[in-house]
Amino acid sequence: MKLYPYLLVMALVTYLIRMLPLAFFRRKITNPFLLGVLHYMPYAVLGTMTVPAIFTSTGEPVSAVAGFLVALLLGLKRRSLIEVALAATAAAYVTSLVLPLL
Amino acid sequence: MEAYGYKEGLRDGLPIGLGYLSVSFGFAIWAVKQGIPGLTLILLSGSNLTSAGQVAGVTVMAAGGLLVELALTELIINLRYALMSVTLTQKLHPSFTLWQRMLAAFFVTDEIFAVSSTRKGLLTFPYMMGLGCLPWIGWTLGTALGAFAGALLPAALSAALGIAIYGMFMAILVPGALEDRGVLLAIFAAVALGLILRYVPVFSFLSEGFVIILSAVCGACVAALVRPVRAGEGEA
Repeated sequence: MKLYPYLLVMALVTYLIRMLPLAFFRRKITNPFLLGVLHYMPYAVLGTMTVPAIFTSTGEPVSAVAGFLVALLLGLKRRSLIEVALAATAAAYVTSLVLPLL
Repeated sequence: MEAYGYKEGLRDGLPIGLGYLSVSFGFAIWAVKQGIPGLTLILLSGSNLTSAGQVAGVTVMAAGGLLVELALTELIINLRYALMSVTLTQKLHPSFTLWQRMLAAFFVTDEIFAVSSTRKGLLTFPYMMGLGCLPWIGWTLGTALGAFAGALLPAALSAALGIAIYGMFMAILVPGALEDRGVLLAIFAAVALGLILRYVPVFSFLSEGFVIILSAVCGACVAALVRPVRAGEGEA
């Protein structure tokens, strides 16, 4: 299988999509609606990527819900990204170990 | 307005890198099963730094698909990056040169975008390089580990690691929603529409990439209609 042409095309297309707007879009946006869209966009992207995917992320719903709840709680306490990520992982891991014993 | 440097970037990139390490580990185990050699996968991850696009790409490769088909698939799945790049231009420090913009663009992923675009203040070139560093290493290293040593990690641990990246998303979403009703509305609207597009059978022809684009754009528009942002307030 000659895979290198595929590699080249994928890398090129993916890079150009990211690069062209970032390099050449130079206007300052002042329209309040557009500013709002750009301001809310990252949260909307993250929200739709997190729910429902988080609940299947460990391959098993109970440990995923445990991880979700821990992440929610620590998020409400405004803990750092790494703390929340590791605590959610630990909660899911411990739950998956304890669950078969119940 | 505060500006951030390389060190702050590295620190913010650490959880993304850890998340990527586990996600790309799983990606590589899957891709090897599709018949793609380990070295090709490492080159793929190192040059693309994207999850959904690489899964789709490996599928096309394994099926011996056309290069045009591959290019179109990547274009559609990764179209969201164009949107993110436009958003980031509004936050770049004036010291950014054209070459620096072109270099920083390589690191635009969902997670790096989320962290950098919700960071208070302007984005500097050193910050963006620091932010991209560990995620790139994590993504490429995880691919190598998964391709050549996938069987070594205990199954329960690698399964639990799957939630790491989403835990990190929660750490961005929850405080954002606490501070700003508009953000809360944007999240709920996007999630609600995303659920409809994913689970109502009529929409089953939509790929995951399109679901993300549609639900996020609509969610952000709803919030922007209800709570527009005047120049100077809000960080976007």
